[in-house]
This record gives sequence, C-alpha cells and structure tokens, in this order.
Amino acid sequence: MELVLPGLGLTFWMVLVFGILVFLLKKFAWKPILTALSERENSIEVALKSAEQAREQMSKLQSDNELLYKQAREERDQILKEAREMKDSIISEAKKSAEEEGKRMIQKASDEINKQKASAIAELKGQVASLSVNIAEKLINNQLSNSEEQQAIIAKQVNNLNNNQQAIA
Amino acid sequence: MMPENKGLSIFKRIQFLFLFIFFVLFSSQNALANAHETSHDSASVSNTEHHGAAAGHHEEEAFNPGKMILDHVKDAHDWHIMDVNGHAVSVPLPVIIYDNGLHMFLSSKFEHGHATVESKGNFYKLHEGHIYKTEADGQIHLDAKGVASNVQPLDLSITKNVFALIFGATLLALLLINVGNTYKKRGSGAPKGFQNLIEIGVLFVKDEVIKPSVGKHYARFVPLLLTIFFFIFINNLMGLIPIFPFGANLTGNIAVTMVLAIVVFIVVNFSGNKHYWKHIFMPDVPVALWILLIPIEILGVVLKPFVLMLRLFANITAGHIIILGFFSLIFIFGQKNIVAGYGSAVFSVAFTLFMSVLELLVAFLQAYVFTLLASLYIGSATEEHHHAEEHH
Repeated sequence: MELVLPGLGLTFWMVLVFGILVFLLKKFAWKPILTALSERENSIEVALKSAEQAREQMSKLQSDNELLYKQAREERDQILKEAREMKDSIISEAKKSAEEEGKRMIQKASDEINKQKASAIAELKGQVASLSVNIAEKLINNQLSNSEEQQAIIAKQVNNLNNNQQAIA
Repeated sequence: MMPENKGLSIFKRIQFLFLFIFFVLFSSQNALANAHETSHDSASVSNTEHHGAAAGHHEEEAFNPGKMILDHVKDAHDWHIMDVNGHAVSVPLPVIIYDNGLHMFLSSKFEHGHATVESKGNFYKLHEGHIYKTEADGQIHLDAKGVASNVQPLDLSITKNVFALIFGATLLALLLINVGNTYKKRGSGAPKGFQNLIEIGVLFVKDEVIKPSVGKHYARFVPLLLTIFFFIFINNLMGLIPIFPFGANLTGNIAVTMVLAIVVFIVVNFSGNKHYWKHIFMPDVPVALWILLIPIEILGVVLKPFVLMLRLFANITAGHIIILGFFSLIFIFGQKNIVAGYGSAVFSVAFTLFMSVLELLVAFLQAYVFTLLASLYIGSATEEHHHAEEHH
C-alpha cells in the first residue's frame, strides 16, 4: 500500500525541483533552442523559395537567350543577304558604269582622233598649199618667160590640189 | 465535432471509468495482501532485531525477495549499495525534519534503524523506512495490526528519490542550458555534436507530438511539455543504470508522477476555453441525460491526469520489479542449492539483459506517451469548436 501513497517529502521536493527546472529550462534552454529552430525553419523556407525563384529566372533567361540567339541568327542572315545583294548590285552597277565609261572614252578618243585627223589634214593642206606656192613661186621665178603655158600648168596643178582636198575631206 | 466522435469520446470515458474501477479494486486487493505481508515482516524483523541486539551479532536473515524488491523500489533514507558480511554498505543522505524547528543530520546516524537519534532534545528512530518520534528509549509502539503508532514528524529529508530527483534535474538543466547556449552562439546554423542529439528529441516532440495533438495554439505549451518529456525520459534512463548515483525508481514513484499529473491537470483546466467547460457542464445531449453525463465528464477531468499518474508509475515500477525479480531467482535457487543458484544466474542475467533492453524502449515510450496524452488533453481543452457558430 505504501507504494501507491505519495510521500509528503518527495512531493514537496518534486514540486520545488520541477518548478525550478521548468523555469530554468524555459528561460535558458527552450527559448534559444526554439528560437534558433524556428529561425532555421524560416531561413530554409526562404532559401527554398529563392532557389525556386532563381530556377524560374534561369529558365526564363534561358528561353530569352534562345530567343535572342534566334533573333541574332535571323539578323545575321538578313545582313548577309543584304550584303550579298548589295555586292551584286554594286558589281553590276560598276560593270555598267565601267562599260558606259569605256564607251564614252572610246567615243571621246575617236572624236579626238577625228579632230586630230581633221586638224592634221588641214595643216597638211596648208603645208601642201604653201609648199605648192613655194614650188609655184620657184617655178614662176624660173619659167615666167613662157607665161602662157606656165599659167595653164599652175591652174591645172591647183585644180588637182582642190580635187585632192575634196577627196580627202 | 462529428456525432461519431462524440460517441467515441463517451465510449473512451466509460473505458477509462472501467479501467479506473478495475485498478482500484486490483490495487486495494494487492495492498491488503501487502499489508498482511508487511505486518508479518515487520513483526518478524523487530523480533530478529531484538534477538540480534541481545545476541550482540547480526544473524543472516533468510532471503526475502518480496521485501528486497519493495525496499529497492521504494524510497529510502540512505542509498543502499550492497551488503558485506551482513553489514549494509550505503551512502548516507541528509535527513531534514521539521518538528518545532528544523532538525538536520545524516541518515547514517540511524544505523539502519538500530539507533535512536537525538536532535535538539527530540528523539527519532527509523522504522520500516519511516522516521518516527520516540522517547529517549527509542521504543516504537506497534498497534494490533503491527503499525507503528508513534508520531511521524514532517519529513523533508533528501531521500534516495529526492537525491535522484535533484541529480537528474541538475544534469538535465546543465545539459539543455549548455545546448541552449550553443544555439545562442551558433544561431540558426547547422547543429553540431551533442546539439544534434537534443535537436532530434526536441524536433520530434515539438513537431510529431505537440503540434498535431495540441493544434493551433501549441507554441505556448511547448516549453512545459518538452520539459516533461525530457524529465521523464532522462529519469527513466537513469533508473535503469543500477549503480549509485543512478538506479533510483524516481519516475516509478507515485509522488513524482502525481506532481507531473497535477501539473498537467492545472495546465489543462486553466487553459480550457468556454467550449471545454460547456462540453462538461452543458453537453449537447437532452437535458434529462445531464444528470448522467455531467458526473461522468467531471470524473473524466480528474481521471485523465489520474491515469497519466498511474500509467507512468506502474510501468516504471513494474520494470524495476521484473528485473529485481529475475535477480531474486538467483538467490532463491541459491539458497536451496548453490549449483542451482549459479545455473539460474545464466538465465536470470540473460532475461535481465533482455528486460533492460525492453526497459530502454519503455523509458522512451512512457515519456512519449505521457507527453502525447498531456498534449491531447491540452488540445481538447483549447480546441475551437466550429459547430457552435453554425447555429447563428
């Protein structure tokens, strides 16, 4: 029977010791432990959330990157195409202009040649004329005695000269 | 709450009631038997004592397993370690008596009940583990039933269990405050070393026991319930170590479990909300049934902590008794035949080992069950019933 009867002394000490124990542990043990644990729980939760966010951002960034890449590729293709076109057009234009220039230069050259030829002929004509005059002078000086015959010869010569000139022109 | 649940809770209460009645009947029968036994014992002990004193030497008493076990399980004024040649080797503990002033002396002065101690003009004698006030001759007057009729002074001695209590509480406080300081120092960083072990326990009790049982307003009760859990657990474990300063049957002492149960009782009833009290004094049943139900509910309020008290006490005491019983077998057989004694020792040691391992489990289990049930009781007292609002 004594086993199931609480002893007064032990009850007294139990109340005292247990009360002090609860007080001490509450203040010096459970408070820091529970605070640290809940802090850790929070920080883990926050870390998980931010990791999730980072992951989302990463995948977003990745898709953004892909888009950018695609765009860049398209742009590159576009630029290349334009460049090619430009090259083609430049080449064709250059060809055209070179042809034109060539033509123009040929034309100019032939014009110049003609001009030179004409002037050369004119000069030649002048020289021939003066030469003829000189010859004629000499002839005239030498053979002015038989004037009739001589004059006929001169006329004949000059006429021939004119005919020649017309033929050249 | 759902009607099925209500039916279940009433059923549970009735179950508690039956258990209670069963236990009271059972324990009173046992107690009667014990009383007879102890009265016989006390008579024979006092006889042998007188004879022994007259003969001037100690006679080797016949081994009495019942007495040995009860002496080990009960509280004592000195810490008995072993007997050498019939002389007890024990650690004396301070005796503190309040009897018109404080009387303090070491329990070794009693010489295990053989000597009368004089303190400030009063005389005290240890008889059957209790201190009685006597005249100068140290005479203990036994009545017809063999119960001492001398006055028992208010005994606040540091007994075996009080010593174990202070020792265990100090150990626990040092341990946990140390861990608390580690947390303060390391903040919410990863736990390290011993902190890990405590943290597993704290997290288990907080998240698996208290949070789901108490419900929304659990945070307020966590420090107390954690203290209860660790107090019971560490003292259960220390009770399993057989050598001084461990091995006291502290959590198997009814005074200790009673104080724990009263703490739970106070917390439950002081934190009980109006739904809790309405449930008790105005249950949702026809008024005619109130006369039946209200007493049951009130009984339930007392029974819940009462059952907590008994469960812990009975489990731990039973564990100690079984282990001591196995050891007693060695000496019972040994007295008949020395070879049988050694032979049975093999089995006794094996069984004791097995029981000790089982007791390790029980040590945790009982701390867990006590905390769980205390949490559930607190939870049922602070629970918010939503069906009340539905009537509006």
